[in-house]
Amino acid sequence: MPILEVQNIEKHFGATHVLEDISFTLEQGQALAIIGSSGSGKTTLLRCLNFLETPDQGRILVNGETLFDAGDPATQREADVRKKRLHFGLVFQSFNLFPQYTALQNVTLARELLAQEAPDYKARRKEIHAQIEAQGRSLLEQMGLSDRAGHYPHQLSGGQQQRVAIARALALEPDILCFDEPTSALDPELTGEVLRVIRGLAERRTTMVIVTHEMAFARDVADQVIFMDGGVIVEQGSPDQVIEHPREERTRQFLSRYAQK
Amino acid sequence: MFLTVIGALNEGFLQTLRLFAVTLLGAIPLGLVISFGSMSRFTPLRWLSRTVVWIIRGTPLMLQLLVIFYVPGMVLESGSPWPGGESGRFLASAIAFIINYACYFSEIYRGGIQGVPTGQQEAGLVLGMTKSQIFFRVTLLQMIKRIVPPMANEIITLVKDTSIARIISLQEVIWAGYAFMKGSHGYSGLWWPLLFTGLYYLVFNGGLTLFFAWVERKLDYFK
Repeated sequence: MPILEVQNIEKHFGATHVLEDISFTLEQGQALAIIGSSGSGKTTLLRCLNFLETPDQGRILVNGETLFDAGDPATQREADVRKKRLHFGLVFQSFNLFPQYTALQNVTLARELLAQEAPDYKARRKEIHAQIEAQGRSLLEQMGLSDRAGHYPHQLSGGQQQRVAIARALALEPDILCFDEPTSALDPELTGEVLRVIRGLAERRTTMVIVTHEMAFARDVADQVIFMDGGVIVEQGSPDQVIEHPREERTRQFLSRYAQK
Repeated sequence: MFLTVIGALNEGFLQTLRLFAVTLLGAIPLGLVISFGSMSRFTPLRWLSRTVVWIIRGTPLMLQLLVIFYVPGMVLESGSPWPGGESGRFLASAIAFIINYACYFSEIYRGGIQGVPTGQQEAGLVLGMTKSQIFFRVTLLQMIKRIVPPMANEIITLVKDTSIARIISLQEVIWAGYAFMKGSHGYSGLWWPLLFTGLYYLVFNGGLTLFFAWVERKLDYFK
């Protein structure tokens, strides 16, 4: 059974049809790269998965459980949506770290707030606290940022900020980690460190959906590639098939524009 | 003579401070209500809020003070609703000042709230936070940091604006200083008490300036 199943997603913004009949599946431990030009609907798709946008049509299933069904209002209750979001993590293009918290606090904040909802929180407060902090530190270490735990976001470089954001998303142990153009806001010399981290996650079989403009990276890291254009999936398959041997004319045009850069 | 003057000025300044404090206490929360009104998705409420803000910011505080103090007594059959004497003048002044300043504050709050990038809210949402957790743990402090400089500006202006309440004879510090020119204390033609009132404002606003600089420094640890 696939970990993620997206079925026939449709989304309009006013009269604009931004997503048209989007369907795909993703297996546990695989990385999916979504490529395509700006305005092709990639980001909207990612936002639908994270419940930041509500699709007009279609269904989203995780581990066989229907998280969202446009035809069933019972799947869209505000209180449940918050819990459902936890199946997914999202790393934003612009990091969106909380500026008033240190790197470590950024990573642990959501975890701490969730822990407060546990019935035995008061009794085990110190223990839970220590656990969460240890996890936060180990995630920062994994991101190569052990010495930056006490730094505030504005004291970090863009690449470091994005790595903190990745640690923050991982802290909640999502089933599927989504990246929305994680290196697009970075100077070229800083993209490498972020891509290296994501590559490391792929090697450890983290299930990921990555919207990216880095073609070489997508080819190397992804198990599956989707090329989108004008709100539809034009082509999907293995990286070799979609990036190296595209069948569709539109995919070829898109890739040749990248090759020229 | 000097002690008489200082005593009278102290009393006047106390009234100035009272009006200042009551206005802040009322306008800071009322401004928040108006700013939520101005940002409401419910169109009639938004229009109502914005119209009130437009009228209050578009007319002089002195005119608002006169209207609030005198007009009810002229149109109501039961006569003026304000208690007689200084307490009635204070109440009317306080109400006029609270409404006026709440409108200015509401616009500052609105700027502060809308100035926090939506990405902050979205980051909180995808991390499974509730709306109130996002407000109190993520956006509030960023908002406060943004509004401190403009609020400091308004609050310092408020200290000086309290003198406008003289128009309905509220006995604040300038009224007290001016009394010595008119001769109400048995001295007439004394001009220096009026200059002394300036010192009261200067010292008080100096204190406020230091306080707000301290707050800004406290919030300087993040950007």
